[in-house]
Amino acid sequence: MRIIKEETIVQEVKRLCQEANYILPHDVQRALMKAYEDEDGDIAKETLNILKENALLAKSTLSPICQDTGMTCIFVEIGQEVYIEGSLSEAIQEGVRQGYEEGYLRKSVVDDPLFDRINTRDNTPAIIHYEITKGDQLKIIVAPKGFGSENMSQVKMLKPSEGVQGVKDFVLKVVHDAGPNACPPMVIGVGIGGSFDKVTLLAKKAMLREIGTHHFDERYKALEKELLEMINQTGIGPAGYGGKTTALSLAIETYPTHIAGLPVAVSICCHVARHKEVIL
Amino acid sequence: MIKHITTPLTKEKVLYLKAGDQVLLSGIIYTGRDAAHKKMIQMIEEGKTLPFDVDNQIIYYVGPTPPKPNAIFGSGGPTTSGRMDAYAPKLLSLGLRGMIGKGYRQESVKEAIQKYFGVYFGAIGGAGAYIGRCVQECEVIAFDDLGPEAIRKLKVKDFPLTVIVDAYGNDLYEIGRKRYLKEHSYDK
Repeated sequence: MRIIKEETIVQEVKRLCQEANYILPHDVQRALMKAYEDEDGDIAKETLNILKENALLAKSTLSPICQDTGMTCIFVEIGQEVYIEGSLSEAIQEGVRQGYEEGYLRKSVVDDPLFDRINTRDNTPAIIHYEITKGDQLKIIVAPKGFGSENMSQVKMLKPSEGVQGVKDFVLKVVHDAGPNACPPMVIGVGIGGSFDKVTLLAKKAMLREIGTHHFDERYKALEKELLEMINQTGIGPAGYGGKTTALSLAIETYPTHIAGLPVAVSICCHVARHKEVIL
Repeated sequence: MIKHITTPLTKEKVLYLKAGDQVLLSGIIYTGRDAAHKKMIQMIEEGKTLPFDVDNQIIYYVGPTPPKPNAIFGSGGPTTSGRMDAYAPKLLSLGLRGMIGKGYRQESVKEAIQKYFGVYFGAIGGAGAYIGRCVQECEVIAFDDLGPEAIRKLKVKDFPLTVIVDAYGNDLYEIGRKRYLKEHSYDK
């Protein structure tokens, strides 16, 4: 049994909230550089150039890459041999509270979603997903999610008979619907299988996967590549002004499903695909 | 070619702009997004005076991050314009000349842009830190209680924009994509 103190978690979450918002992950930066080199249109190239400059500026001045510093989405993997002194959930929420306030991040959360819509003024509550794992480690991934792109994500319960073509059609439809609203170039996570709730979580997790890595199953790997190619032939381009780079990456995560179902979820993120993690 | 435009944005200046033009904008602009628009439309319906005269002005759809100590402005890229579609035609009818945001606009907004000689500019979504540096002065002029959604009067210098919908009814989101597909022969 390993003991982790509440205060350690508060400090780590606080740090991760700020770093995630200031520093674009290396893989996204690399993908952005490559897209800039490959792009040939004037407006498209200039748009990618500004995004590149923006990321450098944010990092060097410790400023938010994007003003939508997101709803804080947190993935926790907690080893069953870990004992938290205090409350894990409260420690995470406190870390978010301090991270957003002290890091000059925008508070974008409203308390009641339908009637009151009053800003909670500290960006809490964060959305936390817990997973119990073996061992004595605690892994925390902080992934602030902007809603320009979140609003463009979709889920559909396909019929099994719709098969691969149904999945392709749906992914392409979501990308077309998202277009310029999602601040392309996009980073796309696709979930296939599971249930209505599970599939959206798969899509979210797919979005966190390192760019350039693929699904372990060759068939899904081929589908990832084919879908990305199709998306980059839509012509939507950077900022939607027309061009080659509509998406930087597309990752698929899968899970067994019911005999009657083929759930598919498409999680859309802009190029500011923020996530930082720590293992305690 | 990059067009340098200064505010106020007159009808003549608007007619000089075409979808796809790259613009560097300087001068005074006003910020406003969801909640501020809702409040402004309510004020119009109640016959009250708006926090600023919209005639020949530009509204930037943005909710910036809080500025750091001694900074003028935080990060401030555009938010999705479509959420302001319900309010934009009314403001255009009162003389609002320009809107800055990102994303698709409804037909009703595009029609109002043509009818009242307006323009819809795109700022680059996600370039918040970069755009924030174009802001030279910032003052909250209304709805301070709305925090990031308050109306701010900004003085900007060389704010990089692209004309998306011009007063002639052209939409870059349609033509930019068509042009690309044609050049790369994906067009079927």
